[in-house]
Amino acid sequence: MAGVLQRETPKAGAEAVGHARPRHPRRSRSHVAVFVAPFFVVFALFFLAPIGYAVYQSFFKLTSSGLGLTEPTLDFAGLDNYTAALTSPAFLGSIGRVLLFSLIEVPVMVVCALTLALLLDSARARFRAFFRVSFFLPYGVPGVIASLLWGFLYVPQTSPLVDALALVGLPHDFLGPGTILLAIANISTWQFAGYNMLVLIAGLQAIPQELYEAARVDGATEIRIAWHVKIPLVRAPLVLITVFTLIGTLQLFVEPLVLKPLTTAISSDYTPNLAAYNQAFAQSNIHLASAEATLIAIMSFVISFGFLRLVNRKGKRAW
Amino acid sequence: MVRRIRPATVVVMALLGAAAVYFLLPVVWVLVAATKSSADLFGTFGLWSPEPQLGTNLGRLFGTGDGLFGRWIVNSFLYAGIGALAATLLSAGAGYAMAKYPFRGREALFNLVLAGVLVPSTVLALPTYLIFSEVGITGTFWSVLLPGIVSPFGVYLARIHATAAIPDALLESARLDGAGEYRIFFGIAMKIMSPALVTIFLFQFIGVWNNYFLPLVMLSDQRLYPVTLGLAQWNSQTFRDPAFYELTVTGAAVSALLLVLTMASLQRFWRAGLTAGSVKG
Repeated sequence: MAGVLQRETPKAGAEAVGHARPRHPRRSRSHVAVFVAPFFVVFALFFLAPIGYAVYQSFFKLTSSGLGLTEPTLDFAGLDNYTAALTSPAFLGSIGRVLLFSLIEVPVMVVCALTLALLLDSARARFRAFFRVSFFLPYGVPGVIASLLWGFLYVPQTSPLVDALALVGLPHDFLGPGTILLAIANISTWQFAGYNMLVLIAGLQAIPQELYEAARVDGATEIRIAWHVKIPLVRAPLVLITVFTLIGTLQLFVEPLVLKPLTTAISSDYTPNLAAYNQAFAQSNIHLASAEATLIAIMSFVISFGFLRLVNRKGKRAW
Repeated sequence: MVRRIRPATVVVMALLGAAAVYFLLPVVWVLVAATKSSADLFGTFGLWSPEPQLGTNLGRLFGTGDGLFGRWIVNSFLYAGIGALAATLLSAGAGYAMAKYPFRGREALFNLVLAGVLVPSTVLALPTYLIFSEVGITGTFWSVLLPGIVSPFGVYLARIHATAAIPDALLESARLDGAGEYRIFFGIAMKIMSPALVTIFLFQFIGVWNNYFLPLVMLSDQRLYPVTLGLAQWNSQTFRDPAFYELTVTGAAVSALLLVLTMASLQRFWRAGLTAGSVKG
């Protein structure tokens, strides 16, 4: 997401009251609906309705008669599906796993993106355009393709990486139970660090150069300028990339799905999204799958809003 | 003038160089691997191709299954292109109206849009599948195209940009000159908003192109697959027939290269878009 999310500034409200409106009291206002309605119609159809329908389905379940001779009946189940999901060790395990994944991936991502942005923004950097394009390029590689590529680089038979690590005697098992989560984190970092770096660079370029001049006159080194001037001033974009990384990590799906055939360390309910997918298609239980999908949405909302509230309370509002 | 090279420069350049190796390695690997036979893929060093056979591989890639791969590429362009174009138009209209016309419920609607920005597409895939199967349009071209025309982020960006970039005085004078609201929008507002609109288009294009969960649950007919789903499916066949390794790798190389070239050529738009988003950040 490009910009810094922000609500409307007071100016827009004031201008609305200020003028323009009373001048044309009889002007038809149907055009407003023509501009606004198409988006909200498709938003309702393909965004709100699916969510509502999934929530609705999550309150039902199919009950088959004892012998399974008659058609199963659809019964209101109350919160049964939610209880089932939240007491299932596999689903809870998958939630724990993505939380652990977020705990690793979010700091790694933010530090990488920030380091790259500061390096490229530093006065010492040369060939900036080349580096910017190389770092940003993986963003254009779809998650599936990225996972396929790294999959080949993780498998000993095809990987020059494994060869090289083995040659110098470093550990080189990327697909074991202890390292697979890090292997997945690496794919996410590779894909999105460059994009997040661009968001930060855009923030850094908005800082007036006089601030650096002043700091240099005061004898500050480049590193001190980075730490005391640049980082505090890109706080808002930092919060933004943190939130979107957080949301992304909780949604983990494609990478483990693609890597799954390469390793026994990934189960069919490795992440919450995989568990819901598995529930819907392998187990054909769309009601439990709906409850799980709803729980995933709630979890990602609560965590991202919680984080935004936390950072907004600590300092000035970033969002 | 000979510039003295400082130690700090060496450190910075070494770090940047190492990062470039990291980011480019998989791309270089796949480009090399695309020139190999399946046997060489497993038998030779990853970054060197002793007997390049790119032509053979490309021939097989585009020949398999009556040109299935070419179809997938075209499908991806259709899903992403049409989806992003429609999303951009809808977002432009809604964002512009929300920026420039006060109306009741405006802020409530905008808050709904903001909440939508935080809902990732993976959350929506399964619910969308459920409701689409209820109306019976799963498995069709539309089932992948239609969800792609909604971009809450686009509305958000269009509104922020329109508020900042379109002066009210300009709209007033156009009205005094007798221009209707639609003409003002299509003739003036869309032009001023074009940097933001390009950004919205690109984000949505990449978003739809990269979306895997949605086509995965919606489609069963191979001929409707986007390239991501098709390649993943070939990859899952490799255990059955190792020839699919060649196809998957060459296909991955072609589709990665395709997007990389697109991204590189559109780089200036990206930069403009990134700053446009944070006008008042």
